[in-house]
Amino acid sequence: MGAATNIEQRETMNIVIVGHVDHGKSTLVGRLLADTGVLGDGKMEKVQTTCRRQGKAFEYAFLLDALEAEQQQGITIDAARVFFRTDSRDYIIIDAPGHIEFLKNMVTGAARAQAAVLLIDAKEGVRENSRRHGYLLSMLGIRQVAVVVNKMDLVDYDRDVFLRIEEEYRAFLAEVGITPSHFIPISARDGEFVASRGKTMDWYDGATVLDAVDSFAKLPSRVDAALRMPVQDVYRFNARGDERRIVAGRIEAGRLKVGERVIFSPSNKTSTTKSIEAFSAPVTTAAAAGSSVGLTLTEELFIERGEVMSHLDAEPLVGTRLRVNVFWLGRRPMTMDKRYKLKLGTAQVEVRIDKILRVLDASDLDATTEKSQVDRHDVAELIVATRNPIAFDLAETNESTGRFVIVDEYDIAGGGIVRDLVQDADHQLRLESRIRDIAWVRGDITNANRAEVAGHPASMVTLTGAAGVGKHAIACVLERVLVGSGHHAYLLDGKNVFLGVDADLALDDRAGLVRRFGEVAHLFLDSGTLVVSTTNVIGLGDHRTLQTLIAPFKMLIVHVGPEAEGLPDGADLRFDPGCDPEAAARRIASVLAERGRLRQG
Amino acid sequence: MNQLDALEEQSVYILREAYRHFEELCMLWSIGKDSTVMLWLARKAFFGHVPFPLVHIDTSFKVPSMIEYRDRLARDWGLTMVVGQNRDALAEGMNCDKGRLVCCRALKTDALRHTLDGSWPRQRMGEDGEYHLDENPQAFTGVIVGARADEEGSRSKERYFSPRDTNSDWDVADQPPELWNQFKTDFAPGTHVRIHPLLDWTEINVWEYIQRENIPIIDIYFDKGAGTRYRSLGCECCTGTVDSTARSTQEIIVELRATNVPERAGRAQDQADTYAMEKLRREGYM
Repeated sequence: MGAATNIEQRETMNIVIVGHVDHGKSTLVGRLLADTGVLGDGKMEKVQTTCRRQGKAFEYAFLLDALEAEQQQGITIDAARVFFRTDSRDYIIIDAPGHIEFLKNMVTGAARAQAAVLLIDAKEGVRENSRRHGYLLSMLGIRQVAVVVNKMDLVDYDRDVFLRIEEEYRAFLAEVGITPSHFIPISARDGEFVASRGKTMDWYDGATVLDAVDSFAKLPSRVDAALRMPVQDVYRFNARGDERRIVAGRIEAGRLKVGERVIFSPSNKTSTTKSIEAFSAPVTTAAAAGSSVGLTLTEELFIERGEVMSHLDAEPLVGTRLRVNVFWLGRRPMTMDKRYKLKLGTAQVEVRIDKILRVLDASDLDATTEKSQVDRHDVAELIVATRNPIAFDLAETNESTGRFVIVDEYDIAGGGIVRDLVQDADHQLRLESRIRDIAWVRGDITNANRAEVAGHPASMVTLTGAAGVGKHAIACVLERVLVGSGHHAYLLDGKNVFLGVDADLALDDRAGLVRRFGEVAHLFLDSGTLVVSTTNVIGLGDHRTLQTLIAPFKMLIVHVGPEAEGLPDGADLRFDPGCDPEAAARRIASVLAERGRLRQG
Repeated sequence: MNQLDALEEQSVYILREAYRHFEELCMLWSIGKDSTVMLWLARKAFFGHVPFPLVHIDTSFKVPSMIEYRDRLARDWGLTMVVGQNRDALAEGMNCDKGRLVCCRALKTDALRHTLDGSWPRQRMGEDGEYHLDENPQAFTGVIVGARADEEGSRSKERYFSPRDTNSDWDVADQPPELWNQFKTDFAPGTHVRIHPLLDWTEINVWEYIQRENIPIIDIYFDKGAGTRYRSLGCECCTGTVDSTARSTQEIIVELRATNVPERAGRAQDQADTYAMEKLRREGYM
């Protein structure tokens, strides 16, 4: 009775078992279960009976390969999870498939693990997937690896065979940055050096598999790292009189306290934490890495999913070009011309390959640089470009915000880690506007207050196109329509900024002209205005820069140009030169309304 | 952070991902301990609210106190209850004497499939606490299910977010990868995604959590003097009790630590065929 009064605090660890197909992974796990007495009563007998009925010899692997299809084919299809305990802790053993066809399942299994046991068949030696799995473990961030040389019975327990494999595979693992904790010769079928030492290999005096697994260290907690909380959602339920506006997310690294100043990236909005909300739990004023929390803030900000909350002195990186290592599992190759979805933390952005640096065959690490696409099961080093700026870290400094998956159509088709930020043209401006936003002096009125009074948020419409196509006429009608329907709207013509604010600038100082126009627009937006702008000074290519300067305010880009030229990259709408300005303005207003940027009703 | 904390944090994260990504979202509530723990976790995730409907498939053969308990909790916690049933099969006299798998398939699998896709009428609890015909039966695209990997073999192959095709079928051999808490949240029209927040929990974790959180679990899990109790809930005809004198959550935990009898030993349909559960699950059984 007494034992249950306090809930026992046992440690749990996820371990993955990987290796080439038929090298005996499932047999090893089945043996571990049988030898440590964790099987439910009747499970062993049930599997033995099934084997007899189907006229085949019992194998320990059948204990795991519980699915019908697997028993018929004799290979593991998916990563089965097996619960298991030793004197020191509880384990979830993930038995990952070794067949190349099921690499995505191996990755799924291994990504959940804190440590790995990698099997090599003594008779077959190091094979293609022995190497591929080793490489993937390294990319998945698994550093604790015990290598087990199985089926020693098939090579007469020969020490030289074992040493040759150890030498070859250690050299390979060193190349991918893994130092194995153990190299163990075993026979899983006979239980030699699995749970007990056995008598067949006197020449080996190291650990058993069970010892090796028990010696894996619990991963260091990320509590002492810089605070990272990707915003998962913002709730306001309003049901049953609940007025709280709660920012929800999981703290991926660091600690958080009530009353601290925090910043959200990439929007650069700052606030102070007011409370940590919870249901049916004691009130707390602090939380740390691993917790899924809900916060209220002293200033109610418009924050969106995908932003990363941090402290002010240690923000994540923000950019649009990333140097990454990617592994590709999709049936269709990853190609240069296609747009994909990148999911990093809670952010989702459109992404494309900007440059293929090199493509590797993960099974031998020979670089093939001339490839123009990334095929299934390839590993590649790429530069990718996101459509909008994203907040992230380098994988080496902060794992959870430094890795991502790539979605092709409906399915996750690849994963990767961020190696570096590649500075784009706007990098410097982005840093400057972050400094500006943090230091920005405010009165008591927030943007949210202004939006509430005006009935609409501040945003910007920018008309682009060559001189004389009718941008100004559309802008005039749009301003009139918006003001007429009760909006705080203002026509900001580039020429007006040029005449006054820019009077001291040289005509060819494009960067200076764009920056000042952006800063002026930002002031109007900060005052709660819906800015309608036209300018001949700033081309379509500068709008990315403009967007950087006015972020997080939204911009709608309307291009006036011939149909033959199509909708330029980054533009939301296009009209023909000389089109009816009334119709164009109405269309623009309806798009603004759809996107929630106008007054309701 | 102890093990129960870690399990809770992960389940909460999964529930919030589901709520964010699936507009037509529901949670299957079987009234058993697992899905009741899951319901409690939803209240944790959403700060006391449960912002999606709970779906119960009523085979009409459930232990009667289960229905009573369901409706009482729904009223007390302000839940949106949706109930589905295979009325045609029941009208034609379907029961487990026609064959256990035949009966499970009709009253559970078929009823679930058609309740989820909105093609059969379903009952919804109104403001008045009574059931009325659901006027606007939408197809659910995200279905939260309390399956645990340790229950039986086929469940250990599930992802946290597992796709089901247009026929609710599960293609076990070809599931997309799932890593680093990035889940399958994009899906083709006509398909849906099963979401499993309890995948990593064991039976004993569930009881430990019930004890820690003081969750009001249905009392037929406890012995009331006869020396028997239910360990797994289902239809009255196909669910046996186990010999046990455990009268409290704490006593159940002590008992589970000592036993080697599998949890579903009392569930007759599992014994009907070696691959019974996998067959049922491929077809959409939960």
